[in-house]
Amino acid sequence: MITLNINNTPYQVDASSDMPLLWAIRDMVGLTGTKFGCGIAQCGACTVHVDGKPVRSCSFPVAAAVGKKITTIEGMKDKITEAIQNAWVELQVPQCGYCQSGQIMSATALLKAKPNPTDADIDAAMQGNLCRCGTYQRIRSAIHRAADMIK
Amino acid sequence: MNQQNSQINRRNFLRLTSLTGAGLVMGLGVKADGVSVIENLGTSTASFELSPLVMIDQTGLVTIFNTKPEIGQGTYQSIPALIAEELEVAMDKIVIKQTGGEKKYGPAQFVGGSSSVRTNYTNLRKVGAAAKEMLVKAASNSWNVPVSECYAENATVIHRPSGKKMGYGELAEVASKLEAPKNPTLKDAKDFKILGKSAPRPDVPMKVNGTAKFGIDASVPGMVYASIERCKVFGSKLVSFDATAAKKVKGVIAVETCERIHGIYKSEGVAVIAENYWAAVQGRKALVVKWDHQGNDAFNSKDYEQSLREAAKKEGAIEHQQGNFDKAFAEAPTQLTAFYETPVVSHSPIEPMNCLASWQEGNKLEIWTSTQVPGSVVNDFSKTYGVKQEDLKLNVLFNGGGFGRRLYPDYIHEAVQLSKKVGKPVKSIWSREDDTQQGPFRPLTFSAMKGALDANGKAIAFQHKVISPTLDMKKDYDVTKADGTMTEGISEQKYEIEHMKNSYVHHYVHIPLAAWRAVTSTTLAFSHECFLDEMAVAAKKDPMAFRLEMLTKESDTKQLLNKLKEVSNWDKKLPAGWGRGVAQYEFFAGQAGFVIEVSKKGTGVKIEKVYAVIDLGTVVNPDNTRAQVEGSAVMALTAAIKGGITFDKGATVQSNFHNNPLVRINEMPKVEVHILANGGSRIKGVGEPGLPPFAPALCNAIFAATGKRIRRLPFDINKIA
Repeated sequence: MITLNINNTPYQVDASSDMPLLWAIRDMVGLTGTKFGCGIAQCGACTVHVDGKPVRSCSFPVAAAVGKKITTIEGMKDKITEAIQNAWVELQVPQCGYCQSGQIMSATALLKAKPNPTDADIDAAMQGNLCRCGTYQRIRSAIHRAADMIK
Repeated sequence: MNQQNSQINRRNFLRLTSLTGAGLVMGLGVKADGVSVIENLGTSTASFELSPLVMIDQTGLVTIFNTKPEIGQGTYQSIPALIAEELEVAMDKIVIKQTGGEKKYGPAQFVGGSSSVRTNYTNLRKVGAAAKEMLVKAASNSWNVPVSECYAENATVIHRPSGKKMGYGELAEVASKLEAPKNPTLKDAKDFKILGKSAPRPDVPMKVNGTAKFGIDASVPGMVYASIERCKVFGSKLVSFDATAAKKVKGVIAVETCERIHGIYKSEGVAVIAENYWAAVQGRKALVVKWDHQGNDAFNSKDYEQSLREAAKKEGAIEHQQGNFDKAFAEAPTQLTAFYETPVVSHSPIEPMNCLASWQEGNKLEIWTSTQVPGSVVNDFSKTYGVKQEDLKLNVLFNGGGFGRRLYPDYIHEAVQLSKKVGKPVKSIWSREDDTQQGPFRPLTFSAMKGALDANGKAIAFQHKVISPTLDMKKDYDVTKADGTMTEGISEQKYEIEHMKNSYVHHYVHIPLAAWRAVTSTTLAFSHECFLDEMAVAAKKDPMAFRLEMLTKESDTKQLLNKLKEVSNWDKKLPAGWGRGVAQYEFFAGQAGFVIEVSKKGTGVKIEKVYAVIDLGTVVNPDNTRAQVEGSAVMALTAAIKGGITFDKGATVQSNFHNNPLVRINEMPKVEVHILANGGSRIKGVGEPGLPPFAPALCNAIFAATGKRIRRLPFDINKIA
């Protein structure tokens, strides 16, 4: 048994140490907001925060997460996330929506580090998150909008 | 409502039928394999199927059933909106429920061909309008006043002279006993409160906090997971497998075979079933499987493409002809020929294929999945697996992207078979490698073009010959016939060219194929509109002017090009090193056009600005329409400049997003979308038309900036030689 601290709650999971954190979160803890997209850290749909930093949980072994603070989309309750979610709704960013948990996790990490990002900052921070529906233009605008809301 | 239906409705809520069976079966995307089996419920109003799309309970709660799965295109808003508008209820006051292929909800439970709104614009409004008229009638009866003195607003009926009011909840029971009007009066567009306005989508709040449930998120007690090994070489047969090592992996429960059924393409797989998905994946790696490749291991893209070039020499089957193309071409002072090539591409929705199936005692089946075709899944699976339709429950969740991939239920078949074999609910999840390597794919299409100009540079002859396999993957194709899907749109363009001869050469391939967003128009528009540009260049004419000169009659195309000319400031001089290109394409799903501006940057080009115009005739949600066109531009850009799918040694070369890349945010150009919604010849679709004209507009712009003509996709935008 391994203990994982997810969204400030301890969970005991019977996971092999090489199991990616993604599958422990989804299959064992039952939090499904974090998505599986590629399994090789190429699409970003599985992005969670480990000790506040964005991590691709599909390629992050569960053993490496022990003793750390894991936050999934369900546990994002701070002002920055709230502003991002409001901006996402205001600008109607999602289409199918499948990648958007990961997009929001990456965007939150960006705004925490850079409260006033430029387009270049956004491109750099969000490059790891694919969106097949092509919502990138709105993601850019919504990050700027969220930055304005927080001010 | 007829007698039979009012008997059915002796409960304390109001149910309304779809008034015209005909409306729900008309003109749908029957080109795609997975939706070709729609059952016809007949066109007689006397025999219409009960279609309870609206339910109002005594508390006034209005539930609207959405028959069109949400795949990102916005039907979770646009379809209920058609009913809510006429019913006079606000969108934030209704409950939306997704139907699961149940017969009572009618035959059109699928999404494809950008058809949801364009084929339901009138009949779903009639459903709402009929309900409203019945509620108004119920109120007027109860007040004993003329109907003409009553009207509905905000889920309430109001008596104008006295100001008396009754809510829909109070009226529902009485209204349910009234006869439904056959021809309810529809609102005038100027009175619309919902339609035509940029309304927020009700699914968006769920999609920003992780609560939206997609197929892959479904879960039931006792559920186990499957990962399926399929042969990488297409057309192989399973000989044997050794599961000893796989079964030693912790968590592995069973190893079973299953059949992937994709139209006539069938292949066997070996599934490892485990307590969690990761264990299933580890078990799969430990499998030892012997395949017979059936002589297919020599197949590769290079040889296959060359065989298409050879096939292009055939005359082909005539798809459309007018005038005397051969004579006009032979005698013309200026003749052009060109050969265009487009690649195989994958759909790659970010949610991989998945399905949770639960085979239960007594031949019952429950399925949870993301699918574009709930109607045909229920219909077909009940037949294939011998389950009564009433014993087959399909739960349709949000689709994490469709793009045509989820028109095909191959992944649902696998899960159903596995659940039946192991006697447990099985959730099967394809890996990204499975999704990338197994297809089905958009087929490769090549185009042989011929065109001729008269002495004044006027286009007088044009030929588009398409060389490709067919989506149904049949080998024994009747070569005397042109396939309508594979020649989609090439004879629908409004350009007035006197002599035309469009044709089709069938060329078989054994790999699994599928409709891809905007189907064959995504490849044929490239050759069609780039070649027209070549003709404009040969005629020494401005490409926009050249096109407009061929449009002397009024048409949606003429209107669209004029709008593009205006919004893009076409006649304004661009900075040195820049170029702009135009393209448009009309096909069954709709019509859009682009003007794209590029600038030279190092060895390549940068996309500076994208102007889009989409012609809808009538728009339901402008903001969502803009979003769809913005997204279409991105998907079309990926298909134009990224790798595409190739084959070697009988198998797919690419495996995941590192070698089958998609456009990322840093490559996103600025896209400005304009909507034409001033009537027009027909109501057109939203989800697909933004794709086809993108690549030709881009390549025409690249020619204008660099003089380099691109005739093969994909190309490297950073290396325009």
